[in-house]
Parts: sequence; C-alpha cells; structure tokens
Amino acid sequence: MRTLDHTRKIVQGERLLSIYYTAGYPTLESTLNIAATLEKSGADFLEIGIPYSDPVADGPVIQESSQKALRNGMSLKVLFEQLKPLREQVQIPVFLMGYFNTILQYGVEKFCADCQAVGVDGAIIPDLPLYEYEEMYQPIFEKYGISNVFLVTPQTSDERIRKIDALSTSFIYLLSSNATTGKQLQVEDRSEAYFARIKNMGLSSPIVIGFGISNRETHQKATNYANGAIVGTAFVRVLGKENVAAADISEFIASFK
Amino acid sequence: MSQYQVDDRGYYGPFGGAYVPEMLYPNVEELQNEYQNIIQDPSFREDFVKLLKDYVGRPSPLYLANRLSEKYGARIFLKREDLNHTGAHKINNTIGQILLAERLGKKRIIAETGAGQHGVATATVCALKGLECVVYMGEIDIERQAPNVARMKMMGATVVPATSGSKTLKDATNEALRDWINNPVDTHYIIGSVVGPHPYPDMVARFQSIISEETRKQLVEQTGSSHADHVIACVGGGSNAAGMFYHFLDDEAVNLIAVEAAGHGVNSGESAATTALGREGVLHGSRSILMQTEDGQVIEPYSISAGLDYPGIGPQHAWLFKSGRGTFVSATDDEAMQAGLLLTKLEGIIPAIESAHALAHLEKMTFKGDETVVICLSGRGDKDLDNYMKYFGF
Repeated sequence: MRTLDHTRKIVQGERLLSIYYTAGYPTLESTLNIAATLEKSGADFLEIGIPYSDPVADGPVIQESSQKALRNGMSLKVLFEQLKPLREQVQIPVFLMGYFNTILQYGVEKFCADCQAVGVDGAIIPDLPLYEYEEMYQPIFEKYGISNVFLVTPQTSDERIRKIDALSTSFIYLLSSNATTGKQLQVEDRSEAYFARIKNMGLSSPIVIGFGISNRETHQKATNYANGAIVGTAFVRVLGKENVAAADISEFIASFK
Repeated sequence: MSQYQVDDRGYYGPFGGAYVPEMLYPNVEELQNEYQNIIQDPSFREDFVKLLKDYVGRPSPLYLANRLSEKYGARIFLKREDLNHTGAHKINNTIGQILLAERLGKKRIIAETGAGQHGVATATVCALKGLECVVYMGEIDIERQAPNVARMKMMGATVVPATSGSKTLKDATNEALRDWINNPVDTHYIIGSVVGPHPYPDMVARFQSIISEETRKQLVEQTGSSHADHVIACVGGGSNAAGMFYHFLDDEAVNLIAVEAAGHGVNSGESAATTALGREGVLHGSRSILMQTEDGQVIEPYSISAGLDYPGIGPQHAWLFKSGRGTFVSATDDEAMQAGLLLTKLEGIIPAIESAHALAHLEKMTFKGDETVVICLSGRGDKDLDNYMKYFGF
C-alpha cells in the first residue's frame, strides 16, 4: 500500500514539475492516458481536477475545461471508476483537486475511502476552510491516509502559515499571487520577496508554488524558492488543441527541462 | 442569544460558515473581525439612520390594504418597501455596506446583480459616495434588463458581462468573487442578498432588519399591538424576507411564511423552489440548501421573476426551514402574475413580480376572524411592465 511518508519524500525533491489537468477533458476517457503520458514524459506528480459547475478560483481556461468535462459526463463516480487501474500505469503521486460541494455530495468518507482504494495520495479542496477541516473532517482523512493540501497566499498571516504547516501531511500549495488561475506570473521583486519570506520561515512541509506558472522561466524562478511548481492553465491549453497527441504532451513537458 | 441568529462561529444550526478559497480568507476575516464593531458604533448608526431617512425616504409606510383585506377576510398590511428610493428594499443593504466600506478604507466597490435591482442600488450608493463601482451581470440578463443597465451606467458604474456558465445571476456572483480574489486589498464586495460567507448573511440581515423594526412600531400605532399572526415575504436568496422576519423570529406566535418561486410548477423542471427541490450543500461561500444534481453540480433555476431565480437560499432561511420555525411554500409564475394584477386592480399598486409571489400565497390561506397579516411588498413593478404587458396582452 502507498504511504504518505513515501509521497512526502517525493515532494521534498528539487525543481519538481507538477501538472494539473481536468478529469474528463478533452474527452471523457482521456483522464488515465494523460496521467500515464505525463509520467513517461517526466512530470514529477499530478493534480487531477474534479470538474464543477461554479469554479470560483479558476480563470476562463480551466472553467471552460470543466464545463466541457461535465458535458462529456465526468463526475466523481465516473472518475473513481476510471482510476481503478491507476496504479498499474502510474507510479508518481496523484492528488485530486476540486471544490468542496462535489465531495460533500459524494460523501467525504466515501471520497477518502475511494482515494485510498485507487491509490490517490491526497486532495486539494480550495474552498474547504481550515476550521471546518479540523472540526469535521480531519479524522476521516487520517483514517484513510489521505493528505489534505492547504493553500497559502501572499495575504496569509505567519501565524496561520505555521498552523497550516503543522496540519500538512504532504506539501503546502503556495499561491504565487492573489489571483484566479491562468494569470501570467509577474516575476517581480514583490513576489520574490514573498517567496523568500516563506522559504526563510523554515517550515517543515515541502513548498510547491502554483498559479501563473506557464513556462520554463517562471518554473525556474519559482523553484529557486520552493521544492516544485505546478503548471495548470498552460497545460490545459495544450489539451484544448485539436487532435492533441501524446507527442504534444511530451514536448510540453520537455520545454520545462 | 436567539437560536435563529448566527452563532459566534458563523453558523445557523448546521448552515452558514465561510467556505471560501484561502485567497478570500483575509478579506472575509477582516469583515468578521470588524463588522460588529463598525455597525454598532454610534456614528455609524447615526449616518445609517440619517441616510435611510433623508435619502431613501424611510420609514416606509405600513399600509392597511382595505379592499385586499375585504377579499381575503383578514386584516392585511403591506410593508411598502416599493416606495424606497430605487424602488425596492435592496437600497437598505447597499447604504449599510457603503458606509462599512468607507470605514474599512476601501476605494473600489464590486457587486453582482441578476435583474439589475441590486446593481442599481449599489451604483446609486457609489455615486452618492464617489466610489468606483463595477457590477457583474450575466450576459443574458444584460440583454433582458436594458433599462437597469442604462441606470447603472448613468450613475457611473462599469457593467461587466458574466460570460461563463449559464450567463445569469449565479455566474455573475462567481465573476464578482473572482474579481475579489484578484483585488483583495482595495475592494469591498457588496453582496446583494443574505448569502455568501459569514458574516455576509448576518450583516445583510441586520441592514434589512429595519423593515421589521419599523413594522412592529407601526403595528402598535395602527392596531395597538406589535403582534401579527402571519408575516409573509418572497424568497430568492432571501434578503427582504430576512429583514421582514428579523424582529419576529423569537416571537413563536408569529407564523413566518417564505414564498419561493415555483416557476412553471415545482416539479416541472423549470422552477426555483429551493427548499422543495434542493439538498444541503455548499455554494458561494456558505453551507445551505441548494438545487443541485446528484453529483453536486449546481442547477440553473427558473422563474419569471429575475430576482427569485437563484439556486440557493441564505443559510438563516435554510435553518428556519429545517428547524420548522419558518413555513416554506411556493407560488408559480401564473399565480404570481394573477396576484400582481389583483393588487393593481384592488389597491392601485403595481408590485414587482418578486413581491407578487408573496401576495399569491393569500389565495391558499384560510383565515378565521380578525387575523393580522403583514406582507413585505419588497419592490415596485415598473421594471416588470414588459413582463406584465406580454403576459396579459395589455
């Protein structure tokens, strides 16, 4: 069985490249193939998005991919069915990222149990607050060994970051700026100062930077301060091209190396 | 403290909370920490009351509708929020929130709007205070509600079309939340209903509570008692109902009736009757009851009334429903349109179609003796003339 210690070791690496994409996009059946291709191409770990009708933290590109995925018939039920052979094909860590309502309706305990059953390592749920997680859901996540990943933004207080660090069992998802997904990261003094501030806090959890990471330059810049960085919108754009093939995915990943 | 008011964790029973992405946490936390101090401050109270009196025209009358009373065999009062400046109860909230935004030092105001009533009320107070105003409105609603778009623009607001999803109120709300995520420091988001993350539902309800505060005083003046047997209001998100119920919540002898929009019929597939069709879930920052698929995808509601076609209700209303304190019913498009016409003919008052839903419930009630009924006439029907004309062929 996969353990969180194993996952945590992997995300403690250097200059890691993580990729986000929406489940069921561009086609309903593409989810697992894309994961396998990404691993072969050299991605270090993955976030698979659970499509939702009202994704408030996302910009237009990921919104559209979610809508398309929903029209394709994607749901958590379908996704877990598709992920049954996940660990026959993919060994790198996999996280599911989605909005809380879809998980609440599926059942938080069933969600965690199914994650464990198919070998998903953790979940990123942007609109599940820290308070509600601690009060209601932490024991369930722990029971099934599923990591809940918290977000930190430039406005998050040091005190709150310390608390998040203590609760984190895999990595902390550091937002490059206060923004929705798909905005180009402006690598400027302000963001570098913020990355440096976090780095100098000496947190025990690995740090992975996301939002606005779209190319080699922004990835390099971010990983000067963090264990890894996550590319979402730029990759979803690649998937949106007509007749996208495995070679397009490999080429995209290679451009970061 | 009242069991029907928000607790110190931001919940009404199991409903409420602040289910927002971390990006919005500092904004919401700032409001949570500050709103009570600010709105209880005497200088805030003074400014608020003065503007409500001199600018909005409060107190709004409580009018004993004689011919309507005669028809239904009860003593029916109308709380005339339709006579407020800008034509609806929405302005009570935007006045409160603009004063709050000023005290928080915010320079830019954003809002969502469906039919445009809240957008107009927000643009109005921004003009009043000289603050930048951006209103998100569904692309489809912009086409349907041209006069309100023009009003907002005349007052200097920027109206941004929401082009995502179903291109209506729920998507306008999503776009406003996205704007707030991208502009966390200088911007205040004026939510138009008793929805959203804590403290919005409580804050908006407090600003709207002026409705029932006045009503109880006016009842004493006119009947010798502050008691009403039935208090009726329409519910989309539920802000006029929250204000109308507020000072009656702890008086269990008062029957609180919330009327949702049933559209073409509760089970027609084209409805906005949230409590009849919805389940517990999380939308726009709070845990409440919402219309959704089995997979938790939010369903686009339908009503002839643009102010009631929201897929959720405020968390306090969800609690009133679940605890049994409130009676939740619904009225169809047809029932509301007929009730609107009836009020016009009997009393010379053309109600907003939203408010006509509350009036429509009278047809389903039976009264014994001299029961007192208060109905919140939340808005005037000028904005709905097109709909009335099309429906009745005038």
